[in-house]
Amino acid sequence: MSEELCYSTISELSGRLGRGELSAVELMRAVIARTKEVDGRVGAFNSFDEGDALAQALASDGRRAKARAAGADGRGRHLEGIPVGIKDVISVAGQPLTASSRMLENFVSPYDATVIRKLKEAGATCWGRLNLDEFAMGSSTENSAFRATSNPWDLERVPGGSSGGSAAAVAAGEAVAALGSDTGGSIRQPAALCNVVGLKPTYGRVSRYGLIAFASSLDQIGAFARSVEDAALVLGAIAGHDCRDSTSVRKDVPDYVGGMAALAQSGRRWRLGIPKEYFGGGLDPEVGAAVQAAIDEYRGLGCEVREVSLPHTKYAIGTYYIIATAECSSNLARYDGVRYGSRSKDATDALDIYFKSRAEGFGPEVKRRIILGTYVLSSGYYDAYYLRAQKVRTLIRRDFLEAFTQVDAILTPTSPTPAFRKGEKSADPLAMYLSDIYTIGVNLAGLPGISIPCGFTRGGLPIGLQAIGQPFKETELLAIAGAYEGRTDWRTRRPRL
Amino acid sequence: MTYEAVIGLEVHVQVKTRSKMFSRVAAGYGHPENTLTDPVVLALPGTLPVMNKEALDKVIKAGLLLGCEIAPECKWDRKNYFYPDSPKNYQISQYDQPLCRGGFVEIELPGPARNVMGEHKRISLTRIHLEEDVGKLNHAEAVSLVDFNRAGTPLMEIVSEPVIRSADEAFAYLTALKTIMVYGGISDCDMEKGQLRCDANISIRPAGATALGTKVELKNLNSFSFVRDGIALEVSRQVAVVQAGGTVVQETRDYDGQTGESKSLRTKEMAHDYRYFPDPDLMPVQVGEEWKSAVRAGCPELPFDKQRRFQKEYGVPYTITSVLVPDRELSDFFEEAARLCGRPQAAGNWIANDLLRELGAATLGLAQSKVRPAHVAGLVRLVEEGAILSNAAKEVFVDMFRTGDPPGAVVARIGLGAQTDLGELERWCREAVAANPKSAADFKAGKESAINAFKGPVMRAAKGRADPKRVDETLRRLLAQ
Repeated sequence: MSEELCYSTISELSGRLGRGELSAVELMRAVIARTKEVDGRVGAFNSFDEGDALAQALASDGRRAKARAAGADGRGRHLEGIPVGIKDVISVAGQPLTASSRMLENFVSPYDATVIRKLKEAGATCWGRLNLDEFAMGSSTENSAFRATSNPWDLERVPGGSSGGSAAAVAAGEAVAALGSDTGGSIRQPAALCNVVGLKPTYGRVSRYGLIAFASSLDQIGAFARSVEDAALVLGAIAGHDCRDSTSVRKDVPDYVGGMAALAQSGRRWRLGIPKEYFGGGLDPEVGAAVQAAIDEYRGLGCEVREVSLPHTKYAIGTYYIIATAECSSNLARYDGVRYGSRSKDATDALDIYFKSRAEGFGPEVKRRIILGTYVLSSGYYDAYYLRAQKVRTLIRRDFLEAFTQVDAILTPTSPTPAFRKGEKSADPLAMYLSDIYTIGVNLAGLPGISIPCGFTRGGLPIGLQAIGQPFKETELLAIAGAYEGRTDWRTRRPRL
Repeated sequence: MTYEAVIGLEVHVQVKTRSKMFSRVAAGYGHPENTLTDPVVLALPGTLPVMNKEALDKVIKAGLLLGCEIAPECKWDRKNYFYPDSPKNYQISQYDQPLCRGGFVEIELPGPARNVMGEHKRISLTRIHLEEDVGKLNHAEAVSLVDFNRAGTPLMEIVSEPVIRSADEAFAYLTALKTIMVYGGISDCDMEKGQLRCDANISIRPAGATALGTKVELKNLNSFSFVRDGIALEVSRQVAVVQAGGTVVQETRDYDGQTGESKSLRTKEMAHDYRYFPDPDLMPVQVGEEWKSAVRAGCPELPFDKQRRFQKEYGVPYTITSVLVPDRELSDFFEEAARLCGRPQAAGNWIANDLLRELGAATLGLAQSKVRPAHVAGLVRLVEEGAILSNAAKEVFVDMFRTGDPPGAVVARIGLGAQTDLGELERWCREAVAANPKSAADFKAGKESAINAFKGPVMRAAKGRADPKRVDETLRRLLAQ
């Protein structure tokens, strides 16, 4: 019973909650029980506040009762009472905010991120602090200073990253949905590796206020969910312009679920592009085969599939690691041990506080990126690295927009490989960086992207299909993803835990 | 050999806004430590800056007043450096696209005497850009404490071309700049509150040479006179170094206004690499013609333009305009009084002399003055009409200043109080009429204004303490006999 609840979708649960067959407190209790049962093995959570979660659920039941008494049917409030896991890089007032870093080990944030405020307004229960690669830098969640999260499908393997805790929590039934952040694939890659849906919206669609910045021009908050429709529901709740984030865009938020349904009904024949550059060396044959099978499924749905070219793809990783590290070197300068966070006990003066606190507080990958970013911004190197990277970034975006003159969406593998073993790539940062080879371009171009389950390897590891959409056309993207999802049952499979 | 100084000033001016540059928290001075903060100002994890349009308006206004070219786009860059007063350890600033370029500040050099206008000169500007201020370090015995109240306050940096030639010119430049900023409501420029801060780049070269010498940056010039004295000191120090056969070293020096000495802070080798790059959290903002026109509509007349106008239009002398014009409210006060009485010179004299003296003695500002333009105008008219004498008018002014009563009422009150003996008043009037039979005849012949000829002598006899109305009545009664 309890596990059933934990593996239900938002749509199913909100129906039962709405009919009074289930209370938010009962649901929350089930999720807490499931978390206590499995998280010792999965390690998705940095922490969770059981009392706070139950209080939120109780308040939700209260709101529902009050609305019912007032004659409201609660329709449209799909997230009322739904436990949504939160990546530990998104600020929730009164809760720890660690970014899985020693630097913020004891930091409690005093304010709500805009997405949290919106989730709370939608009635959702913000649930726990989900593990990640330190400051969202990594593709395996092994860079967390606190714990390595395991892939629920194979505990010896990584869940992907950086939002590995969010992906694993949804996959393991420890949350109905979760928020993550995606700078170069940090939502889509772990979603693929854990057999859940991962949606990264268009840059500017969702406010970044309250998201610990890694690379400001690339970061975007998005959703992990059990179905495309659930991802659409979460996006609908968190999207929209925010006067606290100048990079959020003034565009109305459409009814994603209604729009998806309307498009599905219309029987529109989607034009889908397959970028030839994404199917070259380094792609695991089993992943390639599963993605091909998915593409064939789309053909079977009557979609028009054609090859497209994204000629600057080969520069994406290099471009990304210049821009992302440059921005992070500046964004992480505030973690200095002066106002908050960890201050070295051995520090003797101001300069020493910086040196020792940062030496002790940051892990090796974070330091590597800060040093890289500092270098590329240095006087004399700026033009050759940062400025050039920005120009290449424009070319990469142009590639996509050019392709979108011919197709509605682009289909690719999400990750070149299924989940790898813990430690397998830890010693080789470049090999780790290549995990994001298919996802990084989407961030550089600021596009929406989604990863949906599309099969398993013979060894039982999940495989993800990535669909890339046009700017602010999340409805179309979701409809395209939903069309495939409806023809398969991959998403309903559960790991044995 | 004679040397000339080449001086460029970098002036930081806090822009007067309700809230801070990139957050909603109030900007202000003199509040308890760390009360003007919020998550954005403290750079808590996850916070983002949002631009304050009011600050941008005011810098555009400053640019328009100084004749700068306003950039079509306002772009933000990050200046990266670590310092405990800097919450983000980078400062949001403008690097390669300052909001304003070019322009100039008109200055007036000291004249040959205090009451003679000095030479006017234009000091060209390189640029004006907008950035955010940092917090303040307070050093205690064993620890240093940071107050972030100032952090995030909008701050303009106004950079002059190296065309200032002397300490006096630098002083005149700051004075003119401050006047314009205060005129425009852009800043109060109170140096004691850190609202205006000045660094000077100073070099010397043989007089007439075109190549620039090695420059020294002089910091900590905490008052206008420190700027003048510090620059004078640095110029003579450099001349002495060169004349002794040495070379000037590129460095930053700290000037101590108390001791009148300067010492080296750091040399060029320790220069920072600020790793400027465009701030990805802030979108560039387009500054269109419409925006600029709206700001232009709120721009006041420049002080020196106003001074020239006062002299030309009203014939008010330099000694008066140089007192009235630097204070915008005072010059407005004057114009209002001049308009009401039609005697600008007289009004100017009352305001520049008596009003300022009384305000100074009472340590009041103009806004608190009970004497308003109508009081001054009324007094000017009474004197003009001969109703009161000028030494009595002085007394009336002091009374108005204290009580706020209109001049006529004051005259009635003091006049009555001092002159209760109506017999004596009548005697003075009789004497005045008897002493001037021609005017008496004129009046009787119908020349109404001839009556004024008697009022002066009566007032003199009464030492100004006669009620003008009663004097008038008495004279008419006597003349009618």
